[in-house]
Amino acid sequence: MKRFDALKKIIDVIDDQYIVCNLGHTSKELYYLKDSPQNFYMMGSNGLSSSIALGIALTNPKLKVWCIDGAASLLMNLGSLSTISFANPLNLTLIVIDNGVYESTEDQKTHTNRKTKLDAIARAIGFESVFVINNREDIVPTFMELGTGCHFILIKTEPENADVPNISISSKSIKTRFMESISKSNK
Amino acid sequence: MKIDIKIYKIIKDSGINFIVSVPCLLLKEILKIIDDKNEIIYLPVTREEEGVGIAAGAYLGGKKPAILIQNSGLGNSINAITSLLQYYDIPVIFFVSHRGEEEEPISAHKPMGKITETLLDDISIKFWNIHNSKDIFKIKIAIDYSDENKTSVAILLKRSLWSE
Repeated sequence: MKRFDALKKIIDVIDDQYIVCNLGHTSKELYYLKDSPQNFYMMGSNGLSSSIALGIALTNPKLKVWCIDGAASLLMNLGSLSTISFANPLNLTLIVIDNGVYESTEDQKTHTNRKTKLDAIARAIGFESVFVINNREDIVPTFMELGTGCHFILIKTEPENADVPNISISSKSIKTRFMESISKSNK
Repeated sequence: MKIDIKIYKIIKDSGINFIVSVPCLLLKEILKIIDDKNEIIYLPVTREEEGVGIAAGAYLGGKKPAILIQNSGLGNSINAITSLLQYYDIPVIFFVSHRGEEEEPISAHKPMGKITETLLDDISIKFWNIHNSKDIFKIKIAIDYSDENKTSVAILLKRSLWSE
């Protein structure tokens, strides 16, 4: 499965929710598939998407928050898993896409290529709801099953970027429209 | 009134309603007060850069966030301050205990202690030095500056503040 195909399935099931998306091609593909003011696209600070999503989830317990992170990004900020588990927000799902490489910088291998098992780390660090998805057809049924809770979903994909354009909105607009939509949701 | 409770009151009265922290010996009393009072959403984190990310998320979520860390942790946060907070215009108020100046018993703090103010200048973060109880009125000035300019600021809490 390609990440692009995985993202297509994901956005079908998590319609009208808040998404923090990791930088690089993941954000570009999400932007191309379905741009929304409720998407927060990362452009710098690799590693911090799960932390940002945690901040949003903790301050808005009534909203559902999703983080679409990459395996290498999460490896940069593994402490985040510990903090998420400690805070245990029941409205946050962390989706980690693992294609085994740093694709945006021309495919250097990530540690998940050898022995590192992010799903085992997530369990050991305290996540009670952990899923591993290897096939595209398992995405929708797995996501449909998710109830209230703090979930960790690892999706294994092949390394391949879709040929999509760059994000054409500024960082400041991404922030402003995201905050406006949260503020509207809370009214 | 002890200095720590005074600082807490300034934080509370300023409308800061979300705090992340990494411990420092100098900040221990303030952190305990924040935790005990339970009036502000408070989350201890594993590393300062992560804390900057969480604070940024809290701001996006509608809160007024602050981070309480040591200056050593400021070093861990530089990229997040520039490519997240400044790139997206997200204001976070930094309370930073300034280790490594005179009277510092742990010499490993000295290299970072020496460059802390220059580092903040380099990344264009305006800061206020708090040396003693007479200086603490500046904390409100710093927070007001952050509010008015929608920019991150740092409040450098010096060791002398706790040795009066």
